[in-house]
Amino acid sequence: MNAPREFLDFGPDAVLLAGLNGDNWRLADYVKRGGYEALAKILSAKVPPAAVVAEVKKSALRGRGGAGFPTGLKWSFMPQQYAGDKYVVCNSDEGEPGTFKDRDILRYNPHSLIEGMAIAAYAMGCARGYNYIHGEIWDVYERCEEAVAEAYAAGFLGKDILGSGFDFQLHNHHGFGAYICGEETALLESLEGKKGQPRFKPPFPASYGLYGRPTTINNTETFASVPWIVRHGGEWFLNLGRPNNGGTKIFSVSGDVERPGNYEVRLGTPFARLLEMAGGVRGGRRLKAVIPGGSSAPVLPAAIMMATDMDYDSIAKAGSMLGSGAVIVMDETRCMVKSLCRLSYFYYEESCGQCTPCREGTGWLWRMVDRIENGEGRQEDLDLLNSVSDNIMGRTICALGDAAAMPVKSFVKHFRDEFQHHIDHKRCVVAPYL
Amino acid sequence: MLSADARARIDREIAKYPADQRQSAVMSALAIAQREQGWLSTAAIDEVASILGMPPVAVYEVATFYAMYDLKPTGRFKLTVCTNLPCALSGGAAAAEHLKARLGVDFGETTPDGRFTLREGECMGACGDAPVLLVNNLRMESWAGGEKLDRLVDELAAAADRGEGAPRGGEGGR
Repeated sequence: MNAPREFLDFGPDAVLLAGLNGDNWRLADYVKRGGYEALAKILSAKVPPAAVVAEVKKSALRGRGGAGFPTGLKWSFMPQQYAGDKYVVCNSDEGEPGTFKDRDILRYNPHSLIEGMAIAAYAMGCARGYNYIHGEIWDVYERCEEAVAEAYAAGFLGKDILGSGFDFQLHNHHGFGAYICGEETALLESLEGKKGQPRFKPPFPASYGLYGRPTTINNTETFASVPWIVRHGGEWFLNLGRPNNGGTKIFSVSGDVERPGNYEVRLGTPFARLLEMAGGVRGGRRLKAVIPGGSSAPVLPAAIMMATDMDYDSIAKAGSMLGSGAVIVMDETRCMVKSLCRLSYFYYEESCGQCTPCREGTGWLWRMVDRIENGEGRQEDLDLLNSVSDNIMGRTICALGDAAAMPVKSFVKHFRDEFQHHIDHKRCVVAPYL
Repeated sequence: MLSADARARIDREIAKYPADQRQSAVMSALAIAQREQGWLSTAAIDEVASILGMPPVAVYEVATFYAMYDLKPTGRFKLTVCTNLPCALSGGAAAAEHLKARLGVDFGETTPDGRFTLREGECMGACGDAPVLLVNNLRMESWAGGEKLDRLVDELAAAADRGEGAPRGGEGGR
């Protein structure tokens, strides 16, 4: 069991979360920290929208929700000359197991998101935006409602913002419990008042998005980074991190560490340093495995992680992905079969049922891992797990199928001996724990 | 029938979307109805459909797709415990087992006295605060293990006996 932290400390290199104490989330506090200066600057100087997009491109900001797509490039896909409504949507439906960073941005610094979305709307010519908030965090939704109301009252949202002639309406939308809605087109369906089932792509949201209109969807942390880029320049942001990996990144560290929590570090910081910030492995035990980017990212053994830096390219080179920045730490006492079993159940539970390989395959994977865990595994199950995974990957409309398959393949690849032990001896190599 | 207050809150949600996109308010309208009546009866779903000008089946699709809607009455307090891997590593699974033993029910069941419904939850986006549980979808309890969990159950049991929490049975909009 974890204990509450006595005070908020996101690390010495924090930018997005710097100076936040839990109480200073209001508009007046944000303005005191230099908030809304970036929006005021581009509006008063009438900076051309294309120049804002160029600055974001220069920053090498990449999507913080999981895919890591270059943000400026995504923005440039929006049709500039389109005559009708265009939308900007924030994906705050944070439900990737291990991830809890957007919640801290939303509750401790909601105006950074509002300002980031307003700048994005200006850059892409959107007059309306929605912030889709995870269903389970009602108190955070209420705070965002208050923050948005403050921004309207102060003239940072609404009609003719700061007398510039630029209009932007922003509203919060409360989800109600569906992991799949973190997928951007499922989120759009949900926002339209339907079941959250992903759409075929193409067409991509930039041409056919919310209500069939051009739409850009970014993650909360991505939008919250934008005011910093506009205030200090794309190059400043880029230099916080590494080439192609600009900026700082909030990592949510959970599992077997002494101080679980959010730590904001420069991209490229060694994993060993991040682990140290989180107080090291709990109880002084040895590190066994780490899932470095949320439950959908491949697991990596301790030795590989301890030699890896925390940025998109380094983690990809190590054989996993940075994903949402959720670092799930497992110590030497953990059973890899049992751990995978819980993750496989999650994907089975959350598959929307639209595509056969995912709907049927996630259940099949879970049942196989479950029987291995419960001493009923068969020798052929190990190859079958890989085969079923391969037959899901790349054969579904959205990435949930791949997300279900990648943990299975990586757990079996790196910890095959533990699965074999379960099949041979009908029990764990470690003591039961979950 | 929904109260005037609930109708007013639904109207505020409708106003967030373009005039021809009232359906976008269906998730919040259902949430508001559930909060007021304790669960979503067919009558409540039909009423939401009529308010938004949607076919009832389209509202029913939404109500059955998202995990936090209840299509059957629950206990006064619905406890949803996250047992996903990051939480399980930090006491989430143990908290769930403790609740099962203390309340004498499995996941998905309601205690015979109608005080509690226990649910297994998926990631609530608060893994650093494990164990984490939700009370009636609205109130998140962090670090809810050990004695704190027992105190919470005591507090809610007393509240249930005072008639607080979700409306029960006949009050549920039939």
